[in-house]
Amino acid sequence: MDDEQLSRVFAALADPTRRDMVARLALGDATVGELADPYDVSVQAISKHVKVLADAGLVTQTRDAQRRPCHLEAEVFDLMTKWIERYRRQAQERYERLDTVLAEMRDDVRAADRDSEHEEQRHERDR
Amino acid sequence: MNATGNRHQVSIEADPALPIIRMTRDFDATPSELMRAHLDPDLFVRWVGPNGMETEILDWYATTGGRWRYVARAGGEEFGFHGSFHEVGEDTIVQTFTYDGQPDGVALETLRFEDLGDGRTRLHAQSLVDSFEGRDQWLASGMEVGVEEGYAKLDALVGALR
Repeated sequence: MDDEQLSRVFAALADPTRRDMVARLALGDATVGELADPYDVSVQAISKHVKVLADAGLVTQTRDAQRRPCHLEAEVFDLMTKWIERYRRQAQERYERLDTVLAEMRDDVRAADRDSEHEEQRHERDR
Repeated sequence: MNATGNRHQVSIEADPALPIIRMTRDFDATPSELMRAHLDPDLFVRWVGPNGMETEILDWYATTGGRWRYVARAGGEEFGFHGSFHEVGEDTIVQTFTYDGQPDGVALETLRFEDLGDGRTRLHAQSLVDSFEGRDQWLASGMEVGVEEGYAKLDALVGALR
């Protein structure tokens, strides 16, 4: 693979529709018709996107003349999962901070309960 | 966190047919405690993050038809976010989310707190973005490092194919 082909890979992944098609193909092989389904564009337009992905070596089409399903080359799947994994990690960090806040909320409630118990005991004594 | 110290893990899913991101996460807390942590601004700023950023609430009216606005600051940089509380229910919060830097973009977020009993709750968070492009930008936002890593990996792969 030469530099020209490498820049084709980058260019192919720079387009949001094609990135989304890649995400779809990460779930399993799909025909051009199936790929076109979620979009408000023609099958021909999706066909062009598939050609760009195929030229970049990201997607292959089998020779099955009837369906010709598109297949994602596994390494690109890694790239997408990497993006999603990073997003997941940020969410995980956020929710671990929330865990801490929730635990501290409980401690505050317990401390407040203890305080009011002491208060009651003082009242008992004073009486 | 459970008794062995293992954290509950968040699971995330990008819908292939709709510009939606779904997340699920369990907590050792009741639904009402979780609602409070989302709706009380003093509690919210303590966890919304990201790590290393200071969050300041500028406007907060957490009720059906209410609104919110906050800024996150770090190293002289400032990122503002705002939105509406569309619906604050018993165990659901429906709100919008907009990044000030992209005022035309809006995500519709639905948070549902499912009571699992025994003081545990499952959070179902769904974000509907207004386009696939918006979602992918969002997924990739702040992910320059991730994308760089991905490209580095592609580089290596391409090198191996030569």
